[in-house]
Amino acid sequence: MAQIQVEGLTKTFQIAKRRAGMLGALAGVVRREHRELVALDAITFEIGQGELIGYVGPNGAGKSTTIKILSGILVPDAGHCEVLGFVPWRERRRYVAAIGVVFGQRTQLWWDLPVVESFDLLRSIYHVDDASYRRTLDEMVSLLDLEPLLDTPVRQLSLGQRMRCDLAASLLHEPSLLFLDEPTIGLDAPSKLAVRDFVKRLNRDRGVTVILTTHDMDDIETLCERVMVIGDGRILQDGSLADLRERVSPERRLIVDLEDPEVTLDAPGARVISREGPRWELAFDPRVVSPAQLITQVASRHAVRDLFVENPPIEEVITEIYDHGGLAS
Amino acid sequence: MRGSTLYRRMVAVSIRAQMQYRASFLLLSLGQAGVTVIEFFGIWALFDRFGRLPDWTLAEVAVFYGVVNVAFSFSDAVSRGFDLFGQDVRQGDFDRVLVRPRSSLLQVAGSRFAIHRIGRLIQGAVVLAVGLSQVESQMGPVEGLLLVFAIAGGAALFLGLVVLQATLAFWSTETLELMNTMTYGGVQTAQYPIAIYREAFRRFFTFVVPLACVAYFPVVAVLGRPDPLGSPFWFQCVAPLAGFAFLFASFGVWQIGVRHYTSTGS
Repeated sequence: MAQIQVEGLTKTFQIAKRRAGMLGALAGVVRREHRELVALDAITFEIGQGELIGYVGPNGAGKSTTIKILSGILVPDAGHCEVLGFVPWRERRRYVAAIGVVFGQRTQLWWDLPVVESFDLLRSIYHVDDASYRRTLDEMVSLLDLEPLLDTPVRQLSLGQRMRCDLAASLLHEPSLLFLDEPTIGLDAPSKLAVRDFVKRLNRDRGVTVILTTHDMDDIETLCERVMVIGDGRILQDGSLADLRERVSPERRLIVDLEDPEVTLDAPGARVISREGPRWELAFDPRVVSPAQLITQVASRHAVRDLFVENPPIEEVITEIYDHGGLAS
Repeated sequence: MRGSTLYRRMVAVSIRAQMQYRASFLLLSLGQAGVTVIEFFGIWALFDRFGRLPDWTLAEVAVFYGVVNVAFSFSDAVSRGFDLFGQDVRQGDFDRVLVRPRSSLLQVAGSRFAIHRIGRLIQGAVVLAVGLSQVESQMGPVEGLLLVFAIAGGAALFLGLVVLQATLAFWSTETLELMNTMTYGGVQTAQYPIAIYREAFRRFFTFVVPLACVAYFPVVAVLGRPDPLGSPFWFQCVAPLAGFAFLFASFGVWQIGVRHYTSTGS
């Protein structure tokens, strides 16, 4: 059964127009003109228990607005949505007790308090009983390696450390659904890996449903079975990463390093994308020419030092979807 | 954990956080006390120069002054979170409040506790005590209770004003100084007996923003003197209830505001 059901969700913001100059500012005080910004234009989707979903889109596409409506922060203008059997904005307090939310941009912890005291305060806020609090906390401490951080005031933590603590904080009440809004933003490589690893385990071992927004395509590639792409307030694509690639462009890439940098590569059925010295990057459609055929032909005509086939980078796929709504050209 | 217990814990946390910056706390408290001392000195100077207000002695005015300032300092300490709420809204920090399963009012109130307001509290209490010792009427248990009731009602009223001011932040992200004329202006107004003002002004502060109900009327009863405005004794005793009614009304407006919250970009 669907854990999240969203139907025709619409949200419009009124943006005050600002006029230029001092006179303009004064005029704005007296009479303000508004511009309508459609953040969500009747989006519809369903998410099942235990899914790990990547929710991506360019800045201003409506990602955050969706997350904020789903987590009970914003009230939509139209449409219906039911999460865990609740209408988020109508039964806010009962609903948010059952979910976890992490904003990468701002911490959930108390700035001047040691981490462990923030956790303890959250325990009170969420009415977590002592036994399960201690069990969950122990688990989090070992999974996220928090032991050395517990007595440090939050303001002294590095961004990566803070994110690990924020993840733990959002799970102390053992929610079955977790919203992660850009959890890897600004993190260094080891911290990103730690966060990804943790999210993966959480989803796999505990069946927690995770909805992840990110601009980091590695997050999507390593974590998400399903990706929803949003642009201009509409869901442009929804499916597995493989599906998206297929729909956007079935092309693969063949990268060939020739022995002789002077030679011009001759590869029938493939299109040259770039050339850098002896390295050639080709695009081909596997339905027209199979990878084996292409490689055989290249190898029979040229002295090849190295060669490999890969998918177009996920960034390109996603950008293609942003630009053209994901319709295969 | 019940709401009140949670509130106390959040306040304790806020106080502990402020104590980490000890010098700042001491200076702020001193500053608060200093400002109010100078303020009362101003009133005293006026009396000294121009004699008494018609019908009111300096000691009596000191009682009005004390009640209003003690009430305001309570509300000010508690309402710091609402005071700075516009900032929370602009920075999107209110999101965090809404994703927690507790009353948003309780969380905003608990987010900051202005312990340095203790300076104003002490100064107000001293003026109140001195004023009471100088007035002619005798203080009995009834008068004592009525004073506590008036101060509680006054704190509720000021808190309601600050909640209303904070609620405006849901509609306009610009700072609204308008409400400060009600809070700080209200304190300035109600530290004198309201009977000295014009009628329209008195009506406003009785029926719209019921400052007179939490300061003037109960204090007149405490002073044991007839009201030049002619209000009956029973009314003077129940008048502070208006402060609580105002507070509850402001809570209602707040709930409407929360539904209009639009958060920020990301």
